[in-house]
Amino acid sequence: MAALVETRGAVRSLAQEGYKYGFVTDIEADSAPPGLNEETIAFISAKKGEPEWLFEWRLKAYRAWREMTEPNWAKLNIAPIDYQGATYYSAPKRQNAPKSLDEVDPELLRTYEKLGIPLREREALAGVAVDAVFDSISVATTFKDKLAELGIVFCSFGEAVREHPELVRRYLGTVVPQNDNFFAALNSAVFSDGSFAYIPPGVRCPMELSTYFRINAAKTGQFERTLLIADKGAYVSYLEGCTAPQRDENQLHAAVVELIAHEDAEIKYSTVQNWYPGDAEGRGGIYNFVTKRGACRGARSKISWTQVETGSAITWKYPSCVLEGDDSVGAFYSVAITNNRQQADTGTKMVHIGRNTRSTIISKGISAGRGQNTYRGLVRVQPRAEGARNYTQCDSLLIGDRCGAHTVPYIEVRNPSARVEHEATTSKISEDQLFYCRQRGLGDEDALSLIVNGFCKDVLKELPMEFAVEAQKLLAVSLEGSVG
Amino acid sequence: MMLEIVNLHARLADPRENRREILKGIDLSVGAGEVHAIMGPNGSGKSTLASVLAGRDGYEVSGSVTYLGRDLLAMAADERACAGVFLAFQYPVEIPGVNNMYFLRAALNAQRRSRGEPELDAGQFLRAVRARLKLLDLGEDLLQRAVNVGFSGGEKKRNEIFQMAMLEPKLAILDETDSGLDIDALRLVARGVNGLRAPDRAIVLITHYQRLLDHIEPDRVHVLQDGRIVQSGDKSLAAELERRGYGTLGDAA
Repeated sequence: MAALVETRGAVRSLAQEGYKYGFVTDIEADSAPPGLNEETIAFISAKKGEPEWLFEWRLKAYRAWREMTEPNWAKLNIAPIDYQGATYYSAPKRQNAPKSLDEVDPELLRTYEKLGIPLREREALAGVAVDAVFDSISVATTFKDKLAELGIVFCSFGEAVREHPELVRRYLGTVVPQNDNFFAALNSAVFSDGSFAYIPPGVRCPMELSTYFRINAAKTGQFERTLLIADKGAYVSYLEGCTAPQRDENQLHAAVVELIAHEDAEIKYSTVQNWYPGDAEGRGGIYNFVTKRGACRGARSKISWTQVETGSAITWKYPSCVLEGDDSVGAFYSVAITNNRQQADTGTKMVHIGRNTRSTIISKGISAGRGQNTYRGLVRVQPRAEGARNYTQCDSLLIGDRCGAHTVPYIEVRNPSARVEHEATTSKISEDQLFYCRQRGLGDEDALSLIVNGFCKDVLKELPMEFAVEAQKLLAVSLEGSVG
Repeated sequence: MMLEIVNLHARLADPRENRREILKGIDLSVGAGEVHAIMGPNGSGKSTLASVLAGRDGYEVSGSVTYLGRDLLAMAADERACAGVFLAFQYPVEIPGVNNMYFLRAALNAQRRSRGEPELDAGQFLRAVRARLKLLDLGEDLLQRAVNVGFSGGEKKRNEIFQMAMLEPKLAILDETDSGLDIDALRLVARGVNGLRAPDRAIVLITHYQRLLDHIEPDRVHVLQDGRIVQSGDKSLAAELERRGYGTLGDAA
């Protein structure tokens, strides 16, 4: 331990030396050596200038992780991952950034076009090293001032650790403990950065958080950490991700998101995930192992997860709600698409602890090409959860005859007054439907997109308006070439 | 001629299916403004003829079909639709989650775009819709329901004619639009179709029974049997068929 603290001290002083050149210089700094050990943790923590308690917190996670093994219960075929061969701290590099859109892969540009991404955003998304990014930062600052007037804290995780350590310390790991699961433990040990938001009592956040920040948020790295707290009676809608395809040199992504809703508070969390899925054979795609969980701590609190998952080679993700408060409400709305060689094992957990707690699960899985799509969901009703209710609807749509859809519901009820309903359907996009649309004048792709959007409607309508329109286009683009 | 069919043959393309010929050399000419009825017993090839004209995949087709001077068989299904060929389906297809109004507007605008016409905005579209709903005695609630989902048999058929009224095709093929309709629904459908008769529009009615022709008077009647047109005549042929049945006709050919 003594040697470790020494290393840490040395690294810290080096990092601080670099810091006098400002933030930009700091992120240009080099990477940690490959491999994961306590010194790597010390390096990361020092780089980020973290307080001792957080360093200890990371170490505890690392030590738990070391004792754990990768989960293998998901219906996923994953090539072995070399955790000791990976780099756990790597500053973004700018040397290779394209200088203008002319240098960007035309295929990528064509997709931006189809998605209707504004021109200015396209440059930033494609990683063009221009001032566009600064534009969005200044927009961000304007909104931040407005939020600050209401007492809302919305900043990067790192900034929250510096500016609001008491809040971070009070809530971090209280929903997803460090030793929760293999990937959450890994994230807790080495998380890079992420977002933090705190909405004070009685405040209704006047804008969708992160709409104006999405470009910057997209660069937060492979081990993202998000913590959102809605205090008593507060409301917030949070958007994560982006419809534009995102590439990343790191194949392994393991994020953790924790939500806390106090009495009468409501959190709506919407995600559009479009990480690089790999080529047609699935090579090079992102592995996305995410732990997302919300705690409805107070009575009558509400948390809803809405996700549109179209990217990644492998998706392992179960946004969940722990319904502790009486009369609290959880919801999960999901669209997951797998095309080509993509695999998704996704679903939710609804844990009913308080009385009269209610949950709704609507899952729409779409499989095309050789995609494999699994819904895995747990509804658990604890003995004290008098009057708990759950409604689950799981629909799968198959396009072509080489893909697969699987539904794995787990239901555990320990209170006789609970009411749990589960409905599931699997259907194939029919030639009849496509022909009907085409006979009315719609082209192949428009016909497919119309049918698929109809299938997903119950989920898409839960997304904020602007996001929903983009998500609809994204569904169409994701399924391009899967018929005809 | 609006539609000129010469020696049309068709069979299923899938080698796993029964590959016998379904259409065995059909010749048929339909002029603008005309209403032709194609009658015949079950399995005579009526619906296959409708599918082949509309461009459904899965058939191996030979012969020629000229539509307004163009080679219809060389066009994709959606191109045919955009060029004014409309098929009222015998079994209209359900599309869950897509509202009827949205579907129809997407279809209409796709067709307008292909003709280089401006798209209709929501207001213009709604005005056009209201006028035509009245013609078929359909309620506005139908527009907000998912395409054909939970529609009664009669509603589905009336919805087909409503779509035809909105899309204003040049050649409309109605495949057994009368089947499964009670007499009131039949009258409404017939009123709709009659309202759409026009000098620049041809209508091909495919039907098993003569009763539809009591309400929609055809210019020509053709009898399709075992993949061939075995007899053609004026409307009196339909009445004769009703009296004598299809059984006696094969010999007359």
